[in-house]
Amino acid sequence: MIRLAFPVMFSAVLFAIGVYGVLARRNGILVLMSIELMLNAVNVNLVAFSQFLSGQAAPLAGQIFTLFVITVAAAEVGIGLAIVILIFRNRETINVDEVNLLKW
Amino acid sequence: MTVQEWVFLLLGLVGTGAALRLVTAKNVVHAALYLVITLATVAGVYLILAAEFVAWVQVLIYVGAIVVLLLFGLMLTRAPIGREALDNQQRGFAAIVAVGILAGLAILLWDTFGQARIDLAPGSTRGIGSSLFRSYVLPFEVVSFLLLAALIGAIVLARRDEDVVERRRAEPPRSLREREVARR
Repeated sequence: MIRLAFPVMFSAVLFAIGVYGVLARRNGILVLMSIELMLNAVNVNLVAFSQFLSGQAAPLAGQIFTLFVITVAAAEVGIGLAIVILIFRNRETINVDEVNLLKW
Repeated sequence: MTVQEWVFLLLGLVGTGAALRLVTAKNVVHAALYLVITLATVAGVYLILAAEFVAWVQVLIYVGAIVVLLLFGLMLTRAPIGREALDNQQRGFAAIVAVGILAGLAILLWDTFGQARIDLAPGSTRGIGSSLFRSYVLPFEVVSFLLLAALIGAIVLARRDEDVVERRRAEPPRSLREREVARR
């Protein structure tokens, strides 16, 4: 028996910290890490509500979607790091505020 | 407060502290290690919520694979040390946005789910397995295809073109500073 507010608040805190990291960091890899924090916050929410609604029609849908989110996050990190390494090779920096090729 | 809630509180505090250190760390490798702590506490949270399969998937994929990938990324790029080098000038603005999101979410969620309780039923792995391969086969296959596409995409992006390698060999790469000097 656990209050639903505990995991939900934990996920809100993690999400807010992730938002701060994405906005305040300029190193590309640290931005990726902060995005991971936000994805984890979403996953905590999914699992918490999956357990909260365990008497409903599709009781385990939340946990299964957590697995999908984890897989998509792995793919995202793979592609993101490939892009970061490519940028580093071409421009010798991974600071996201110095990479402004597509800026108008 | 039940035992689960006390353990959850402890894990939540550790995870929150590690996450805060992650976004304020001066050294990128320390940030990666704080990320490990945060992800491990999230796995502990899954265990408390009786989602043991998701917890071990979290340990294997996040702590085992993604963090190693990020560490490889850190090793292949140059990582400066110091907050000024790692943060941009929007730190105050970012803090305001984050606190605003946190306050909004906290008020909304407490209002809605303040008194709700979870009845924990252990042992969901069997159900996950059977519904993953019965009801969710199509999403499962789509996700596996997505992983394959991401893998191939990462290889294509990160490998060097042959002619570029040849040109680099003929003319050794110059650092950014040398290029600036030559331009002057």
